[in-house]
Amino acid sequence: MRGALPCRASTAETCPVMTAPSLTLENKENMLIVRLAGTMLTPFLDRIEKPIAQVGTGSATVVLDLGSVDAVDTGGAWLIVDLQRRLEAAGAQVSTRGLSPAQQNLLQTVAGHFPEEEVAEAPPRGLLPWVESVGAGTVGTWQGFVSVIGFFGLTLHRLVRALLMPWRLRWASVVTQMEETGLKAIPIVALMGFLIGVVLAFQGATQLRQFGAEVFVVELISISVLRELGILLTAIIVAGRSGSAFTASIGSMKVQEEIDAMRTLGLDPIDVLVVPRTLALLVMLPILGFIADIAGLFGGALMSWINLGVSPGMFVTRLQENTDVWHLAVGLIKAPFFAMVIGVVACWQAMQVRGSAQSVGQRTTASVVQSIFAVIAIDALFSIFFSEIGV
Amino acid sequence: MGSTEKEAIIRVRGLRNQFGPQVVHDNLDLDVWKGEVLGIVGGSGTGKSVLLRTIVGLNKPAAGSIEVSGVDVLNAPESERLTIEKSWGVAFQDGALFSSLTVLQNVMAPMREHLKISVPLMRQLGELKISLVGLPLFSCSKFPSELSGGMRKRAALARALALDPAIVFLDEPTAGLDPIGAAAYDDLIRELQQALGLTVFMVTHDLDSLYAICDRVAVLAEKRVLVEGPIGDMTTVDHPWVQEYFTGPRARAAQVKSTAARD
Repeated sequence: MRGALPCRASTAETCPVMTAPSLTLENKENMLIVRLAGTMLTPFLDRIEKPIAQVGTGSATVVLDLGSVDAVDTGGAWLIVDLQRRLEAAGAQVSTRGLSPAQQNLLQTVAGHFPEEEVAEAPPRGLLPWVESVGAGTVGTWQGFVSVIGFFGLTLHRLVRALLMPWRLRWASVVTQMEETGLKAIPIVALMGFLIGVVLAFQGATQLRQFGAEVFVVELISISVLRELGILLTAIIVAGRSGSAFTASIGSMKVQEEIDAMRTLGLDPIDVLVVPRTLALLVMLPILGFIADIAGLFGGALMSWINLGVSPGMFVTRLQENTDVWHLAVGLIKAPFFAMVIGVVACWQAMQVRGSAQSVGQRTTASVVQSIFAVIAIDALFSIFFSEIGV
Repeated sequence: MGSTEKEAIIRVRGLRNQFGPQVVHDNLDLDVWKGEVLGIVGGSGTGKSVLLRTIVGLNKPAAGSIEVSGVDVLNAPESERLTIEKSWGVAFQDGALFSSLTVLQNVMAPMREHLKISVPLMRQLGELKISLVGLPLFSCSKFPSELSGGMRKRAALARALALDPAIVFLDEPTAGLDPIGAAAYDDLIRELQQALGLTVFMVTHDLDSLYAICDRVAVLAEKRVLVEGPIGDMTTVDHPWVQEYFTGPRARAAQVKSTAARD
């Protein structure tokens, strides 16, 4: 039997040679003889499934001759028992012959556990259930929104309490999170900022050259990077990078009942998990945004020099003369708001994880999509606000 | 080691397992006979689960050979390994059910992968396996997170039985079950083992299980199989741990219970 299918005969006899299962029908004096032969093991059942299903139920007396069956497992036994039941249900007298005692036992065990026909509940159809599902969806969305606001308030309360009582804060955790979300994100954020500067200089130059106004590329780069792009794109990268990590890690803890364990130990999951992460983002996002700004200006200056011949000295001079420091401030003021939104959305989504690994995946996706959307929406609100107050 | 007419379905020789400087098994030999229920016992950290994981190929040993149904599983080519893997089923301690699939889908998962039979037949066979392990049929459509611990263990057994394996590996099958549930699970394993002609390799701490269903017991200690044999012989073994384990108050209670059940 080396290499072949391991012997699975349920009897103690020597292992039979595997032969494909087969079925022959014989009509004798109003009696139907169904002769099954070969190896009735689950891997080979595909060859006999159809012939068995096609056995007619017309005869009054049926004999199942199983004498040539050399091995049978639960799958094979199921087919035999199923056939027997089907014939009996049609009013036939069914008898079996040729089974070894062990095989007989197996057939009895299978027959004893024959799954009853399950009554499948048809999903409700029609207008009313549809209206109901729309209503349920709307209420669900509203409740979700209220829940996020509640979670935001809770986090804010714990955050302020932690800052008023700094000895309660989990400093080790905060520093670890700062390293994860901040320090390790510096290369990607700096590269992103640099490339944005390069792209702006390149695109701006081609347009501005038409008017002979190449030198305004400095303002184009500095204002767009400092006010908007630097911090916005940094926030989007952090939402994708750290927001997903928060949701996945806390969500997995939720699945493992670690959050419940914390509660029973008198540890507040908000204090232990949410506050350090949010605080780390609050500190690190402005720093990352600043790094992106510098990298953006550097990339822009480099490209202006290569492409337009604006020397670094001239770039710096024009930057100092024509770009107000408020542009930088307008950009960085938004950073803590973005950080708060990313942290709260990611942690709230993590708390909504239920049971399965799939749920962790869904919530992580939702966390990234929602926090990026929220970041852009808040950015739009800030734009309107700053233009109204005339900064 | 044992009479010649018995056929060893699993043969472990000179097994050595090591994690860094910590040696778990050293020169471990073990035979599992075809059609028996073998209980593996040993103190915490003696590598019972590691042994199970090594045999089913989840852990690569540092040295030694493992033969299952005459095939050297450590060096077998991929196709031969696959055939062997289909001939065993493993029920993990916490079930290890796929959390995003229903119980029925869990049981059908290996069938979908390895069998060519029609999907309706797979569903029916899946329901049969679920019914065999004593779960009510309404649990077919439940997700693992909606089941109790005991039900998850049964569902895991149903999935292990999906391909009608010759060997079933059980890791602490009755741990965490209430005594009635554990006894019912023992009966179930015994009944299935007899009806389906299974070989059962069971890691357990449950003395009741050992007395009720195990044909033989193998004791892991001192990095090897210290002693193996019928549980009745264990009390005569001259080793402090074995003595304490099999003659302690709990063991005596379990023994009394099993004798009473047999009479």
